[in-house]
Amino acid sequence: MLPPVLLGLMVLAGWEGAVRLFGIPSFLLPGPVEIAGAFWEARALLVEHSVPTAFEAISGFFCAAVTGVLSGLLINRSALAERALYPWLVASQAVPIIALAPVLVTWFGYGPAPKVIVVTLFCFFPITVATADGLRSIDPELVRLMRSFGATRWRIFSMVEVPGALPFLFGGFRLAVTYCVIGAVTGEWVGSSEGLGFLMNADKSQFEIARLFAEIGILSFMGVGLFLIVALLQRLLAPWTLRRNG
Amino acid sequence: MADARVNRGTVGAKPKLAARGVGVEKGGVRILDGVDFEVSQGEFVALIGPSGAGKSTLLGLLAGLEAPSEGYVEKDGAPLDRPGLVSYMPQSDLLLPWRSVVANVSLGLEATGVPKKVARERAAESLERFGLVGFGGAPPWALSGGMRSRVALLRTALLGRDMLLLDEPFGALDALTRRGLQEWILGVRDELAATIVLVTHDVDEAILLADRVVVLSERPAHVALDLAVGLERPQTMEQETTEGFAALKARLLAALGVLG
Repeated sequence: MLPPVLLGLMVLAGWEGAVRLFGIPSFLLPGPVEIAGAFWEARALLVEHSVPTAFEAISGFFCAAVTGVLSGLLINRSALAERALYPWLVASQAVPIIALAPVLVTWFGYGPAPKVIVVTLFCFFPITVATADGLRSIDPELVRLMRSFGATRWRIFSMVEVPGALPFLFGGFRLAVTYCVIGAVTGEWVGSSEGLGFLMNADKSQFEIARLFAEIGILSFMGVGLFLIVALLQRLLAPWTLRRNG
Repeated sequence: MADARVNRGTVGAKPKLAARGVGVEKGGVRILDGVDFEVSQGEFVALIGPSGAGKSTLLGLLAGLEAPSEGYVEKDGAPLDRPGLVSYMPQSDLLLPWRSVVANVSLGLEATGVPKKVARERAAESLERFGLVGFGGAPPWALSGGMRSRVALLRTALLGRDMLLLDEPFGALDALTRRGLQEWILGVRDELAATIVLVTHDVDEAILLADRVVVLSERPAHVALDLAVGLERPQTMEQETTEGFAALKARLLAALGVLG
């Protein structure tokens, strides 16, 4: 925990020093002290707008987990589904979501729905790939052994395939969770009446640059926090996946 | 005489397990061709053959995991056409890293629908017989290769089926560990299953452990030799230095095409 904190403090100190030394105007680059001041001043507003953003990011991540696991399962179970579905899923990742988001807003309104969809689009693909790869990684001999016991398909799935796929699945979750905050802000940016993305859009046009940086800081913390939660869940639910050569 | 051809089961009695004209073709390659042999109740039969001869394929058929292209497999006179009727232990131990030793041992029971609590209790009680006492809570990666094999064997043996198929269970172990396990198998033989079929590529292991050795020919494989061991029982490691042992070994090696 200490090294990242120290590195962060060093960068902040260097930043503050550079801003003061070169007399950079704050509408170009405010220093950390000024940003902290802006954060403190607007703390109530910032917290208020963080809540919908966090809500969209987390619910979008859950939707992505469900769609990702289901599509990965489908791809793993059916060769036809893999051939039919995979190219489209890859294509969906090439679509510039920032261009798609306004369309979603006109369809679903200014509420949280289009943001959750944007987050889902950002996050589901790594989970799909992780699920399909995780299930493919199961030793066929293990499945044979279970069959020799006389196990039903369901027992083979729940006792061997699900736990066996978890190392890959958590890899996918960790990757996806880092996208979900970006997804929520992207969704808010193009059309909303609340959330950090909405606030940033307003601050940008009003040259509230210090507050804009404070908002970026909050988003970073949110991303790191969500990542740590997933990592913690992995440690609690599937500790063997963290072992080398496990 | 030690090398007398075995009488194919007691006359009139149904063999415990039988392969009848079994042939297998995979992707246009003939692997097994008219394999015929029987295993009687209570016998320990070793199945040897050149590598790639289809020993593991044959064992898969005997386990009911695959169906032959021709012929059929019988158990107690009834066709064996599905898995779950005999116990089977594959080449690698396949211990699950997310389960402790005792939970790995109970996997087979749980897979057949025995409630988890009951299965774990039975597994825990059985650890002692297999020299695993005190390791029940350990993760599998903390065990030595020999102990891992014993856990895998216990997992299969705990199912309590009357027929046990072993596919080169010690193939991945070093020579010394292997020795220890062979000796140990002779000791727990009666607790494993009444009837055992062991696939091995090790002629010494076959003679030492089995009552009868079935030699498969090169691919497409058929039974090249069916030889009763007929050494004094119970077996001991010392028999390996006897003349009778050497004579059996010479005949088996000749049948494998390695010697003479």
